[in-house]
Amino acid sequence: MDEVWSARDTTPGAIEAALRELLKQRHQENEAYAPARVLNLVVIADADFRGEVENRLERVGRYHPSRTVVCAVEPGRTTMDAWASMACDIDPQPGSLAVCREQVELKLGPGHLRTLHTVVGSLLVSDLATLVWSPHGYAEAVDALSRLAQVVLIDSLDEPDVGASLSRAEELAGRAYVVDLAWLRSTPWRERIAATFDPPAWRRSLQEISSVTVRHRHDSAAAGVLFLGWLYSRLGWRSAELSAGRAGELSGRARARRGEVAIRLEPVAQQGAPGLGGVTVQTASGGEVSLDRSAGGLRAVKRRPRGETAEWTLLGASRGESGILGEGVRQALLRDPTYRPALAAARAMVA
Amino acid sequence: MATSTRSEPAAGAEPENPLVEGLERLPVPNTTLVIFGGTGDLSRRKLLPALYNLAHEGALPERFNLVAVSRRDLPDDDFRGMAREAIESFSRRTPDATVLEALLERFIYVPTAFDEEAGYKALAERLQELDDEAGTPLNRAFYLSTAPEFFPVIIQALGAQRLHRHPDADVRVIIEKPFGTDLASARSLNDVVLDRFREHQVFRIDHYLGKETVQNMLAFRFANYMFEPLWNRNYIDHVQITASEDLGIGTRAGYYDHSGALRDLVQNHMLQLLTLLCMEPPTAFDADSVRDEKVKVLHAIEPPTPEQVRTNTVRAQYGPGVVSGEEVPGYLQESDVPASSHTETFAALNLEVHNWRWAGVPFHLRTGKRLARKVTEIAVMLKPVPHLAFAQDGSVGVQPNQLILTMQPNEGVSLSLGAKIPGSRMRIRPVNMEFLYGTAFVSQSPEAYERLIMDAMRGDATLFTRNDEVDAQWEIIDPILQGWQESSEAPATYAAGSTGPEEADALLHEGRRWRGL
Repeated sequence: MDEVWSARDTTPGAIEAALRELLKQRHQENEAYAPARVLNLVVIADADFRGEVENRLERVGRYHPSRTVVCAVEPGRTTMDAWASMACDIDPQPGSLAVCREQVELKLGPGHLRTLHTVVGSLLVSDLATLVWSPHGYAEAVDALSRLAQVVLIDSLDEPDVGASLSRAEELAGRAYVVDLAWLRSTPWRERIAATFDPPAWRRSLQEISSVTVRHRHDSAAAGVLFLGWLYSRLGWRSAELSAGRAGELSGRARARRGEVAIRLEPVAQQGAPGLGGVTVQTASGGEVSLDRSAGGLRAVKRRPRGETAEWTLLGASRGESGILGEGVRQALLRDPTYRPALAAARAMVA
Repeated sequence: MATSTRSEPAAGAEPENPLVEGLERLPVPNTTLVIFGGTGDLSRRKLLPALYNLAHEGALPERFNLVAVSRRDLPDDDFRGMAREAIESFSRRTPDATVLEALLERFIYVPTAFDEEAGYKALAERLQELDDEAGTPLNRAFYLSTAPEFFPVIIQALGAQRLHRHPDADVRVIIEKPFGTDLASARSLNDVVLDRFREHQVFRIDHYLGKETVQNMLAFRFANYMFEPLWNRNYIDHVQITASEDLGIGTRAGYYDHSGALRDLVQNHMLQLLTLLCMEPPTAFDADSVRDEKVKVLHAIEPPTPEQVRTNTVRAQYGPGVVSGEEVPGYLQESDVPASSHTETFAALNLEVHNWRWAGVPFHLRTGKRLARKVTEIAVMLKPVPHLAFAQDGSVGVQPNQLILTMQPNEGVSLSLGAKIPGSRMRIRPVNMEFLYGTAFVSQSPEAYERLIMDAMRGDATLFTRNDEVDAQWEIIDPILQGWQESSEAPATYAAGSTGPEEADALLHEGRRWRGL
């Protein structure tokens, strides 16, 4: 059951008072209602696409933020309307508690964005990490919130220009911790490549990698470049700029300790989900590992230097795009030390 | 006395894998998991769903096979059908059809009696086939999820077939509880196990250790500086550890009447909670550093003398009563329970940890079935303030602080503090400062068995019980079992749905009371 409050042409102070009142009402109803206190999420979105963003947030499942402030930007608007609600998952049973989440939606105009911190600041739960997500651009709003937010959620696939996208990610990473959905989409691939090269015999061959080919959806080159940036930074390869081919592919050569590594990024036709479609790694001694999307996980093909080939499925369910967003929220409370070095290497590849 | 204690250090100086840095899920070596008792209740309710959830999350090894071994004569496909049904019924998440089918393809069934040599030969052949198919020797993990009388039989048979070693791969054995029914049987089982396997190959399960909230006790104690100055005999008056259940024995009379509350919960789970509460900070968070500290605590608890068993322990059985508004039978009226049974469904005891930090602090443990409420908690009761300047009249007054670590149902930490009641007078009453996991983390906790299976396949024994730990646990419990066995007195009784027998109240010193359930 949701408790709802709304007001037109209102102020942050009134909204904050309304949130306190909603919580008080819930507590009077039953003390077992407890507000989640994990993190704040501030979303800046086009008012026209507000519903789409809220649908995505609804589907993040158990990874709901504790307090979500959606700033829906309407062209031409000069006043601020607000709507606040408190939603609890279940009615509390004796001896258990019902965790509640608060959501505030602000309808505001472009003029509010440069000073958005003065609006949002009093609506955040103190001492919780604050995550900002601005899927429709509005860089000035993200910049305004940089004093309040410790974490910025981005998707490097949103910007078609890979170089510009990674530049913006790097700029943000200098000010806040960046959670990049394009990076998170590559997590299963990174985990599996790490696992493939984990047995001692294969671990030694990490130094002998001679070529890497990354397949990706046509609009997901940034994910491929980030994946390569990860390999570069983890294995100590030196970056060289990639050059574009006629079919949209990117290629180049990395400098490893024992020689050069041929690098290739290939767009894949007919891939539904954004992100990577496959990875092939070859070693100088003739070994090869390929991972490709398939039903129920990734299809693995491994060829040993002597030539025997084995195929099997690496089990794992797809998280889907709503799952990726939920993972982004979860990652806001963790720290991945490998993203920034990978991002720096990726930036150098597409400078 | 068990012969070997510490695990052997991991061998080999392989280069580090630079790709694992920053990954949440570390690689797991390619493994064939063999579950003895693969069609049993534990396997269906916990192990198979845990494997599914690991597969769903992409956490299983690259090359993974499950071989289920049981007496029932089933073709592979029938076992897969049974496994599918179990996973669909008991998994914490709705299975993804494609992942489930792909996982079931990796399931194989070997029918055999556990003492049948031919069965182990068939098993060895299937394991070799799986290695051949993978083109590499796969690690092997033998999970003993059978009735405990088969543990030594299976261990010896594995040894006889040379399945306890595997060239170029690791072999591990995971042993379910109960690990022995008393000190002698536990030592005998340890002797059999360590005759075939080395300690670093052995993973004795106490699934409590796989629970996030139990593991969090280590974080609570050793990642927060504020508690350490208080964590000793100077500030702590006494400690109460409670593991109560509102349910009865259900259909488990056959097991429970031979076990009883002391073996079922105190010897393993509750002593684990006590060691985590009392241990010194380990120098590192590795298996032996953590377990060394836990064993020191157990060694600091003197096994009770016969007199102490009489004065410091209580056993009781539930009688008929009312639970959640419904009348329920007493223990002796439950089906398949012998009318003359003296098996305790409630156990309470006092223990003392004789070391510098804890000397003189009583630890009161209680557990029981058919009690008023299901709760698992540790209550650390601090000493009262030495002088009080406030008047006590007109309020319940100042109470000593209590720090409550709750494992279930509402996982969290609660600290009671004295606070002024609003008004013109200086009146004090206790208020609670609460921290609830459910409100503070967005992640869903994995089932304990998911974590434990994964750790065993990775060879990390931190959350498993070492042989000297089991031995030390039984050294404390054995005299109580003996004392109760030799006693001519029948167990005390308590009404189902109550907070336990009155006799348990006498265990606490004057002025102390059990916390309400």
